[in-house]
Amino acid sequence: MSDSVLEVVDVCKEYPTTPPVHALRGVSFSVARGDLVSVVGPSGSGKSTLLHLMGTLDRPTSGEVVVSGYPVSELSDRDLSSLRAHHIGFVFQQFHLLNGMTALDNVADGLLYTGRTLQERRELAEIELLRVGMGHRLTQQTTKLSGGERQRVATARAMVGSPSIILADEPTGNLDTKNSDAIVELIEKLNETGATIVVITHNREIAESFPRVVGLRDGLIEHDSASVGAVR
Amino acid sequence: MTSTLERSELHVSDMARTATIGMRTRRLRTVLSALGIMIGIAAMVGVLGLSESSKSELLAQLERLGTNLLTVEAGGGIGAGTGTLPDEASAMISRIGPVESTSTISAVQANVYKNDLVDEGQTAGITVQAVDYSLLDSLAGTVADGQWIDSATGSYPTVVLGSVAAERLGIDGVLGTQQVWLGDQWFTVIGVLDTFELAPDLDRAALISLEAADVYLDHDNEPTRVLVRVDPGQIDQVGTVLAATANPEFPEEVEVARPTDALEAQEAADDTLTALFLGLGAVALLVGGVGIANVMVISVLERRGEIGLRRALGATRRNIAGQFLGEALLLAVIGGVGGVILGVAATALYASIEGWEILVPSIAVIGGLVAALLIGGIAGLYPAIRASRLSPTEALHTT
Ligand SMILES: Nc1ncnc2c1ncn2[C@@H]1O[C@H](COP(=O)(O)OP(=O)(O)O)[C@@H](O)[C@H]1O
Ligand SMILES: [Mg+2]
Repeated sequence: MSDSVLEVVDVCKEYPTTPPVHALRGVSFSVARGDLVSVVGPSGSGKSTLLHLMGTLDRPTSGEVVVSGYPVSELSDRDLSSLRAHHIGFVFQQFHLLNGMTALDNVADGLLYTGRTLQERRELAEIELLRVGMGHRLTQQTTKLSGGERQRVATARAMVGSPSIILADEPTGNLDTKNSDAIVELIEKLNETGATIVVITHNREIAESFPRVVGLRDGLIEHDSASVGAVR
Repeated sequence: MTSTLERSELHVSDMARTATIGMRTRRLRTVLSALGIMIGIAAMVGVLGLSESSKSELLAQLERLGTNLLTVEAGGGIGAGTGTLPDEASAMISRIGPVESTSTISAVQANVYKNDLVDEGQTAGITVQAVDYSLLDSLAGTVADGQWIDSATGSYPTVVLGSVAAERLGIDGVLGTQQVWLGDQWFTVIGVLDTFELAPDLDRAALISLEAADVYLDHDNEPTRVLVRVDPGQIDQVGTVLAATANPEFPEEVEVARPTDALEAQEAADDTLTALFLGLGAVALLVGGVGIANVMVISVLERRGEIGLRRALGATRRNIAGQFLGEALLLAVIGGVGGVILGVAATALYASIEGWEILVPSIAVIGGLVAALLIGGIAGLYPAIRASRLSPTEALHTT
């Protein structure tokens, strides 16, 4: 596990509904530092479930998830919060920005639970907003931003503090083609500067623009471009 | 491995900041939800403040008047109406050890008119009382204008008017030589008194000296009332023997009273009113608490997405609970502080109108704020726990 940031080992997830839903049925793959991976699959194939498990927002029914070397099954809820605070960044389809706050403070809140001071958080947030091309919108209320701009702010929030891995669930799902392309471009650029990113999408075209594609169907990995071609 | 994991951490100041988000983004709702607590606390602080201010006013009044005055009056008995006490009543009472002083009053069957032209029937309800020179001191009365009768003026036909009597006779001062037609004679008005707090009936009286009553009106001067100042430590003991001392033959025809009791009884009546308002304030507080709980439950439902996001950013359950509990406490404290300000302002306004000393017991202010905090804490607990128990994935699922 030299430089692997994330390992998913034979993970199953069953939702205890009636009848129970087997959302994931034995999924294994790993993400190395600096990877840019897309997970693609039709609606209901288990992508969001997988992202939640990778992001430690939920625990697998069986199998193991290892983030930055920490096996989730060995961690308490409290520890998982710590793991998310320091090692994982999220980007959501619905942006999940907080209204009534500036772009800068929304990004700074990406570090709220890390114990850094407000001033530090704001300084780092400003750097991150400049990186995503939102330097001119620092003090803007997020309600006044366009969808594309909001997703840039949300991406900056995921990036701030340089987490080990960034997980994006349908980041372009609420954007038009132009803004969608811009976000994909931004993600590629951030990956080039060292970020490890997993993007979940149902859009095959977007998925295939990334270096590694993992195909998901009915809770199983259909194909993984990393294991097809050259071995890592 | 776990030991190397850097802990997530939320500074107290940041926790406080997160608690203010709800109210910053929903101002109107904040004000409305704090209103119930505010009204409740204002009612309680105001009522306690007013009762304290009026109590201190009463204490000052009693201090000024002295609570050691007893009155012995002929009345009740068989011959209902204007009974009299035995001539020697005053002397007998003076002989009781703890009695400090006595002052005799004798009702005179005479009428007073503004002048000798006024129709006989129009007495304006003014009585004529022959009194000791010590009466003014005994009743802690004060002169509004002119002077009180003394042994020099008392041997002439002079009269001092009670405040109401003066008003009814149309006399508002003793400038020039004011005379009134009293018992078919001219009496010179030498003084007008302020209201008697201990003997309101004397406000409607024209007071002349016993000597003048005897000389000019041929009055028998049989006492109808004796004012008794007693050693403050032995008021009750003296009270029980007064009737028999004043009229050994017919003690049941003697009424003994303590005028300050009436003032204290009035204050006691105010106390029940205070209790009533305190009860109402408590109900308002309760309703305010329920209002805050309600608003917080709605807030948690509306902000599921935010809760999910915060969990994703690394917030612990405790952090989430703290945020919403803090918000409830903040709402309650806003209400509490507003209520205290309102209550103190109401007290100050009313007390200054009444001319009282403004007194707000610190227990009311502190108690009000503590009550607000307690209510906020209780009202916020359930919503906060609910928020913290939300699973992050479920919370994020809602937009
Ligand atoms: N919380 C849940 N409770 C029950 N079933 C769920 C829950 N979340 C997802 N599912 C089910 O699990 C399957 C996979 O869902 P999901 O991971 O959201 O797929 P995708 O993101 O690829 O659309 C679907 O059949 C979905 O209905
Ligand atoms: Mg999904």
